[in-house]
Amino acid sequence: MDALETPRGRHGRAPDVLRPGAWLPMREYPQNEPVDFVIVGTGAGGAPLACKLARAGFSVVAFDAGAWWRPLEDFASDEAHQAKLYWLDERLCDGDNPLKLGSNNSGKAVGGSTVHFSMVSLRFRPEWFKSRSLLGYGVDWPLDWREMWRYYREMEQALKISGPVTYPWGPKRPRYPYRQHEVNGAGLALARACDALGVDWSPTPLATLSAPRGDAPPCVYRGFCVSGCSTNAKQSALTTWIPWAVRAGAEIRDLAMVGRVETGGDGLASGVHYFREGRWQFQRARHVVVAGYAIETPRLLLNSASARHPDGLANRSGLLGRNLMVQTNNAVWGHLEEEVRWYKGPPSLALCEHWNYEDRGKDFFGGYCFMSQGPLPAAWVATQTGNHGLWGQALVDEMRHYNHQVGLKIVGETLPQERNRVTLADEHDQYGLPVARVTWSMGDNDRRLVAHALDFMGRGLDAIGARDIWSEAENTCHLGGTARMGFDADSSVVDADCRSWDVRNLWVCDGSVFPTVGGVNPSLTIQAIACRTADRIVALAARGDL
Amino acid sequence: MSLPRYPGYDVLHKRNGPSWNEPTRRAVDARLALPREPRFFDARQWALLNALCARILPQPADRPPVPLAAMVDAKVFERQGDGYRDTRLPHLQDAWTRGLAALDAEAEARHQQPFVALSAGQQDALLTAMQQGMLHHPAWGGMPPALFFSERMVHDITGAYYQHPTAWNEIGFGGPAGPRGYVRLDSDRRDPWEAAEARPGREDEAREANRRVR
Ligand SMILES: Cc1cc2nc3c(=O)[nH]c(=O)nc-3n(C[C@H](O)[C@H](O)[C@H](O)COP(=O)(O)OP(=O)(O)OC[C@H]3O[C@@H](n4cnc5c(N)ncnc54)[C@H](O)[C@@H]3O)c2cc1C
Ligand code: SF4
Repeated sequence: MDALETPRGRHGRAPDVLRPGAWLPMREYPQNEPVDFVIVGTGAGGAPLACKLARAGFSVVAFDAGAWWRPLEDFASDEAHQAKLYWLDERLCDGDNPLKLGSNNSGKAVGGSTVHFSMVSLRFRPEWFKSRSLLGYGVDWPLDWREMWRYYREMEQALKISGPVTYPWGPKRPRYPYRQHEVNGAGLALARACDALGVDWSPTPLATLSAPRGDAPPCVYRGFCVSGCSTNAKQSALTTWIPWAVRAGAEIRDLAMVGRVETGGDGLASGVHYFREGRWQFQRARHVVVAGYAIETPRLLLNSASARHPDGLANRSGLLGRNLMVQTNNAVWGHLEEEVRWYKGPPSLALCEHWNYEDRGKDFFGGYCFMSQGPLPAAWVATQTGNHGLWGQALVDEMRHYNHQVGLKIVGETLPQERNRVTLADEHDQYGLPVARVTWSMGDNDRRLVAHALDFMGRGLDAIGARDIWSEAENTCHLGGTARMGFDADSSVVDADCRSWDVRNLWVCDGSVFPTVGGVNPSLTIQAIACRTADRIVALAARGDL
Repeated sequence: MSLPRYPGYDVLHKRNGPSWNEPTRRAVDARLALPREPRFFDARQWALLNALCARILPQPADRPPVPLAAMVDAKVFERQGDGYRDTRLPHLQDAWTRGLAALDAEAEARHQQPFVALSAGQQDALLTAMQQGMLHHPAWGGMPPALFFSERMVHDITGAYYQHPTAWNEIGFGGPAGPRGYVRLDSDRRDPWEAAEARPGREDEAREANRRVR
């Protein structure tokens, strides 16, 4: 567990994660001279931004509280062991539906949550960027869908997304750069269910290789994706943007927890205080980008309050930390006669986006997709005990059906509510920093969406002859909101360029800028926004507006 | 449907093959070598925890048991939190200490005996009441019994069980799978290094196939 104790990114070199034992040369920047950009967090938001800004010639130092893993040497095929990838520092959860975080929700590593994400790479439905004006709910984004679709295309090419030749939903899109993966038994069960229900299905566009790419091999279908990919087939930030950023001249500091963004007498950000190698240090910067995801980002900005910013940085609107959204993650489960062995392959090889694009027949706002499932035993038993309430012999017997099990699970939109929020608790973490209190309550619309989905998917499983069908009524996943982007300083935290309205050299670039979350997994959108932000920064700099 | 069975399947036979890498061997070896003596719980708590494990996750008598209590003890001793805590629950160690004390207090109140002395039926009745939030002894100290039951007790005990190779054998899980992975992805298509399920009357075929798993 060396990587958890001693930083690997130092002395002018960084681990070359694609080759055992190898290193890349890495630039190092002095602390007492301001770098152009400090980036806090190296996940789906921070990593592409670091890469793009470094390529544009800016000096960049990116920090991550987590370790710099070498998947080929450090990753076991073991759910429990790989908990080392999760953000396990304490967080307090309350509200009507206290969230379950940890393994389920966020990572702590160079590469962020993408190191253990399940690689589903989807585009937003175009209308969602104007959901208030076009669909009557939520708020509009200050971004135009056509521009976003260009960035999606760029992301799909950059990550060599494997996907189908034609995608059934939404405006026509070009074919995916790498061929689709073979669909496993669990995915084919979804396909049969969709056929029976009369809706389209598709092989899932995934950020794991279906053919070799440089030093990375194609996916071997080992199925441990959410425990980290030990082959490097997964196109996580750790294996793509991070090495590209290092090669472009960025410095990445691992095991470096940022505790506070410092602001000067002019109210502008002047750098960050961070804890690394046993002591607090200070890095000066001209710009600070916070990219810690929807809980740590508001926590850091709230913890950075100063005399000039008594309620935290970038919080003049009072919206920092508010409108925390999750996505609902409910499922129906059942047994089939056949041996499905859903542990083989990435967990969600097939999906249905029908209810993201069809608005008729809904008694709720928003959308959801559903996907085939393949939880490994520890994740599966948590579902059986948590939602199914099983224990004792009934649990042991139900678990014995593991190889015959199938499931359909949604990624469902929840609506923004101001009462759902991240605040600071009275407890402190190992760095002495107040921990986050995460408050979340389901709304009526959210409930109606889940009820619709459970009914629809339940009919699908019934139609393919599944037995002992049951519904997992409570579960949530991906986070969003808490530093929403918008059109003006009163109703949002950052502008369309992810730039704080209040502190003009402070930026937020991660899932927290989402005004609404839609019904697809967020990481492709987070990465697209990050690349757009980089382009905007270059444009602003060119005209002297930085 | 009768329960699937995988006679003779042992995921550990693959330990030195291409489905396990070195980090996996280290991680599983460490788990199998876990000390069997408690480091966190005292003697009375330890006896109670063992009794609980037997009810929450009953194990067959014809094989060495998974040392559930020891695995839970290790987790609590090492303070391996989950990264989030419902505000109604105290910290991991406090929750366990208080939960075990409260359960014994409930047993004494109902049956004038400690939990370990109760019959299996009495124990299950008490656990069911706990799951349903029907226990109200002051020893709970404001911690909701149903929440302790699902988020702490059952979560920790069953989570321990299904990270043990013995449990993987029982459910026919392929276990560690890197770097080799799998080839046959469709249903009813078994790779030769996967568990073979016994068909009625054809147990021996499955046993033979499982003997060849490497
Ligand atoms: C199990 C799982 C499966 C998922 N599957 C999918 C999927 O299939 N498709 C999809 O699109 N999305 C998926 N997601 C979600 C996706 O991974 C996240 O939405 C995305 O990575 C968020 O990007 P981010 O940049 O906002 O934050 P992250 O990627 O989480 O990165 C934040 C980083 O910031 C660091 N950090 C935070 N605070 C500090 C600080 N103060 N100092 C230093 N560093 C700090 C953290 O250590 C972390 O590494 C999944 C997530 C999980 C957990
Ligand atoms: S199934 Fe593929 S992407 Fe997932 S962990 Fe295995 S090799 Fe990596």
